[in-house]
Amino acid sequence: MKSHWMCSNMVRCLGDGNTSLQKLATSIVFFFCLSDVSCNSVEQKIYVELNNTVPCVRLLNATHQIGCQSSISGDTGVIHVLESEEDLEWPLSKGPNPPYMVLLESSLFTRSIMMKMKNESNRVAGVAVVVPNTSPPEFSPHTTCPNENTGVYSDNYGPNLAHCNTTVWNPRGNGLSYEEFDFPVFSLKEDNETEFIKQCYLDHNRAVNGSAPQYPLCAMQLFSHMHAVTNTPTCMRRNDINFSINPEMVCDPLGDYNVWGSIRPYNDTVFGHKENESVVIAAARLDSRAFFWEVSTGAEGSVSGFVTLLAAAQALREVTHEAPPTRNILFAFFQGETFDYIGSSRMVYDMENGKFVIDLDNIHSVLEIGQVALHSGNNLFLHSDPVSRRNNTVNDVVREELFSSFFPNVSQPLPPSSLQRFLRAQPIPGIVLADHESAFNNRYYESFYDNAANLNLTYPSDLSPEEQLEFVTHTAESLTDVATVVARALYKQAGGDESRVNTIKADPKIVTQMLYGFLVSSNNSWFQAVMAPELKNILTCVHVLGYLGLHCFVFFCLLEPSPPEYYYLLANLTGAATNLTQSQCQKPDELPNESRQMYSYLWVQGIVPPNSTERDSFCVRASVRLTKAVSPAFELGEYASKDYSTWTESRWKFIKARIFLVASRDLEMLTLGVGVAVLFTSLLVTYFISTKADVLFSSTREPASAAY
Amino acid sequence: MTAAVFFGCAFIAFGPAFSLFIFTIAKDPLRVIILIAGAFFWLVSLLLSSLVWFIATKATNAQDLTLQKNLLIFGSIFSVILQEVFRFGYYRLLRKANEGLAAISEEDGPPLSVREMAYVAGLGFGIMSGAFSMINTLSDSLGPGTVGMFGDSQYYFITSALMTLALTMLHTFWGVVFFEGCERKRWWVIAVVLCVHLMVFSLSLLNPFYVGSILPVYAIMLLMAVWAFFSSGGSLHNITLLWTCRKSNAETSS
Repeated sequence: MKSHWMCSNMVRCLGDGNTSLQKLATSIVFFFCLSDVSCNSVEQKIYVELNNTVPCVRLLNATHQIGCQSSISGDTGVIHVLESEEDLEWPLSKGPNPPYMVLLESSLFTRSIMMKMKNESNRVAGVAVVVPNTSPPEFSPHTTCPNENTGVYSDNYGPNLAHCNTTVWNPRGNGLSYEEFDFPVFSLKEDNETEFIKQCYLDHNRAVNGSAPQYPLCAMQLFSHMHAVTNTPTCMRRNDINFSINPEMVCDPLGDYNVWGSIRPYNDTVFGHKENESVVIAAARLDSRAFFWEVSTGAEGSVSGFVTLLAAAQALREVTHEAPPTRNILFAFFQGETFDYIGSSRMVYDMENGKFVIDLDNIHSVLEIGQVALHSGNNLFLHSDPVSRRNNTVNDVVREELFSSFFPNVSQPLPPSSLQRFLRAQPIPGIVLADHESAFNNRYYESFYDNAANLNLTYPSDLSPEEQLEFVTHTAESLTDVATVVARALYKQAGGDESRVNTIKADPKIVTQMLYGFLVSSNNSWFQAVMAPELKNILTCVHVLGYLGLHCFVFFCLLEPSPPEYYYLLANLTGAATNLTQSQCQKPDELPNESRQMYSYLWVQGIVPPNSTERDSFCVRASVRLTKAVSPAFELGEYASKDYSTWTESRWKFIKARIFLVASRDLEMLTLGVGVAVLFTSLLVTYFISTKADVLFSSTREPASAAY
Repeated sequence: MTAAVFFGCAFIAFGPAFSLFIFTIAKDPLRVIILIAGAFFWLVSLLLSSLVWFIATKATNAQDLTLQKNLLIFGSIFSVILQEVFRFGYYRLLRKANEGLAAISEEDGPPLSVREMAYVAGLGFGIMSGAFSMINTLSDSLGPGTVGMFGDSQYYFITSALMTLALTMLHTFWGVVFFEGCERKRWWVIAVVLCVHLMVFSLSLLNPFYVGSILPVYAIMLLMAVWAFFSSGGSLHNITLLWTCRKSNAETSS
């Protein structure tokens, strides 16, 4: 889940300490400068800031909070590098200098170790996980039964299929993402910084011969204070409190945009049921998540699915222009499906309440692309819902949908998919295409290891980035085959001309370029060519100068509705290039044949022709739209809803990590004691001398300086 | 390091200066003015000398560490000389001001003797010098970490505070001795003060070998204290008087 309405991270401290005084004071540092180190401020002698860290943040739903929290002034702990699960004894019971900051290798980042630390959390100040470049054999922090309460199966609908009673979809899941920790958990990369931390630990914190290690000890401090607590109704209520001119928001509902496009355009202002309109919906999901904040790529979990659907949409462009099928095909890309189907539940809600261009009765059938990475062998499986198929009409349509000779297991429920939300509203024929017969094949479901390596996306080593972009990988070829199958199935399902089905072929070049763009580097020439000129998928930051504590500048980040890459991609792949100029593209209604209600007009950068430096920008006309993907619970104000997703993300001020040495308590108390003694002695002596000054300094009558 | 270290170091560095202020200076507004003006003079001398140092460092290669260190030493020596020059300048200013004050005051004679002005001026220099030395370090001592990650000694804060204390008192004594020397036209006193100041500066370069820097500096401070005591009108006789006075007070009261 990548983005949401209001930016969570608000403050970045630009200047620490007394800046004006410091500028002048650095000039007097030469009085107390150390001999062989170039003059630095004292802060640089003490703290080492860690820059490549990713925190785990707090999320809330109707009843719970999950994720991690630190105290508002950071959590400090003595570093302990964990060697094995038995070594946990040291931070949890034996170690003499609690609290400890436990540094874990990723092989030790398991449920049992994290739960043990959660139970003794008064001795654990925080956890830092070192994420290696190579993935472990398997790791999935998600639950074993994703979205079990917001799918279609419940006690009223297929009770024996609910709660993964027949098939456990994610058997490797350890559920860590859904636990609540009251200490911060950060992830570190395997780089020089982490080496430095481990070296600091080896130099200072190792116990010699079983005796306690000597002070000063190496410690780490993690800041990730989250503002929201308890659950969504509480934090939404606190959002509404109007105390001051600048009300503080504490959490934001998760949500973004769904992208949909269709073969035949719809008038964007006419909502509700359309007579005699029958639509085949092709759906895929866009998002994924990980334990840590925003590091998920979801290569197998989501990218494989939506790239396939985009390629299928492109494959259908030509044939649907020449021989339009009877039914319309609507390509829907849902955002937020990980968090209880935010996008699809919103679209179904809009359809039910006449706020979408079609409604549920217009839907003929649904074909959803799930995880299609095709690891072991080249088998695709079709999943359908056994309960709705008891209805004969539904069953017949589904059997029509089935292609080749794949027959799904009738006693197995649907895997977690957007189709379940459609079925919750009314029985609609639908199938889900996936590469797993029962449990997921994905070993890293909703984890930060679900990356290009998981899809075996490898390029020959001697290629430049541009060449890599064009190189058709093995993975791209297999996904292209799936896209071809999907496109042909959709065309047949929509009642297209049977003789033309075999001419539909997906383009492997487009698939490989999309895979490169989403999994390796999004800053490539093809993505730039299909997007608008000034747009980058980054938040626009508006500076609000304010003072918080010592000279911090507050950046207020407002997420402008900047359309994401998938929107532009779908538009370019299904739409048509026009001859409109840029100003015409922005106001197309002035032209006789163009209408903003029927199409979207996007001005894209285009490629750079070989003999020039200016880009060949042009206007794309496509029937592609963005719709809001915020859970209906927030529209209705039902923050404790059991039917809709109620996930929110907490806000925070700043997130940082640093390491330093801590001194013993004894030395600190000694310093304080000496100081107090010096103060009292000097007060006494000065008082004594100033009263006896006329005796001591007899040459003049007035009191003079006091000598020590 | 924490609040304990912050307060401990603050008390060590500024305790005596604070007690001197409240018992001897705070009651008389004229003394307060001279104190603050003295602090300002010290500040200006620091500003000018740091400007010279700053220009020198910016004009040269920042990567060459020995060159930078030598520039630092040069800058510090220049600063020491400039501080003594400003002390002399302040002396001249106060002499002129004293004549004016004597003219307008109601009592006959100047309201402050040169000895008092010497002490207050010295203390002003000392307080400002101490503030600049210590405030930066104090603000960093409030956090949870201590110095030592890169090989520095963990006693950094406490030794900085002790050094600041010594420097504050030394400036006070130098002020007394310096003004007395100027009054009596003993110019060798100025030269000696300058030399002692340079010696203290060079001892501070020995840090972090704290035994070699703090102990000699405190020894010098004691010697200067004795010299300042004698040059401001004290004598051994007075001390014995004080002692017998106390004894006789104790006898009469008991």
